Amino acid sequence: MRRRGAASSTVAAPRAEESELLARLRAGDERAFEELVKANHPTMVKVAELFVPSRSVAEEVAQEAWVGVLQGLDGFEGRSSLKTWMFRILTNRAKTRGERERRTLPMSALDQPDLEGAGAAVAEDRFHPAADPVRGNLWTQPPRPPDEATIAAEGHERLLAAIEGLRPAQRTVITLRDVQGWDSDSVCDLLEVSAANQRVLLHRARSTVRREFERYLEEGNGG
Amino acid sequence: MRLRKPPLTCRELVELVTDYLEGALRARDRRRFDSHIAGCAGCRAYLAQMRATIDTLGELSEETLAPEAKRELMERFRDWKR
Repeated sequence: MRRRGAASSTVAAPRAEESELLARLRAGDERAFEELVKANHPTMVKVAELFVPSRSVAEEVAQEAWVGVLQGLDGFEGRSSLKTWMFRILTNRAKTRGERERRTLPMSALDQPDLEGAGAAVAEDRFHPAADPVRGNLWTQPPRPPDEATIAAEGHERLLAAIEGLRPAQRTVITLRDVQGWDSDSVCDLLEVSAANQRVLLHRARSTVRREFERYLEEGNGG
Repeated sequence: MRLRKPPLTCRELVELVTDYLEGALRARDRRRFDSHIAGCAGCRAYLAQMRATIDTLGELSEETLAPEAKRELMERFRDWKR
């Protein structure tokens, strides 16, 4: 169900699973709510951060959004997936709050990804100078293929830290796409960003995280 | 007469990887990408690293919830139930 298949709607949980979850929530099942919160709250805070000035305000907005979700739960008709609906509530609240705080800059990164700094995917010194008639712009030290070995928990921490260090728009796009497994269309809809700009943000984010991944492998972990 | 685009360099290829994986390259650029990859072990390794990175990200459980945030949310849920 995750990723790949370009046009599949990965945000939507299978209908049956979702209606079971809804029934449990409406019946007041705390475990169901806890699972939903665990799976989505950190991402909601990241998304909210695009619209408001700080992590702490984003945390407040996400908390408010959950109250909105609870209030709307009985009236939710399932015309969109539960997740799409929840995140729509979140961005609406975040925008309102952001306008109040007159915060517009991070959002514009979605319209003009170049505001987030260009930067090459791979460090300059990994390629021969363009002027070299034979090897110009080819690898000096080519990357090595990764082993099939799975990356240990410590490697996971490193990748999460790399994501955390990204600019907000890049961080949000890579989290939704690659960590949460949303498809491209759903991310574009939620963030109101063009497919092309989303790809630019995703490219920058993935390139940075891959560099950290390679560094981790080069240190002799699983590579 | 149509000008042929020159073959891709490694430096250019790494900037096209996301468009390639997203299926957003035009047919001609996709062919240039594929033909470079076919002859370049370094770029094949780069692409493999990128795919492995994306796969690993899909296995991450996001950072755990701060206990205060969770406690507050559970309280709100209990309020809502009443």
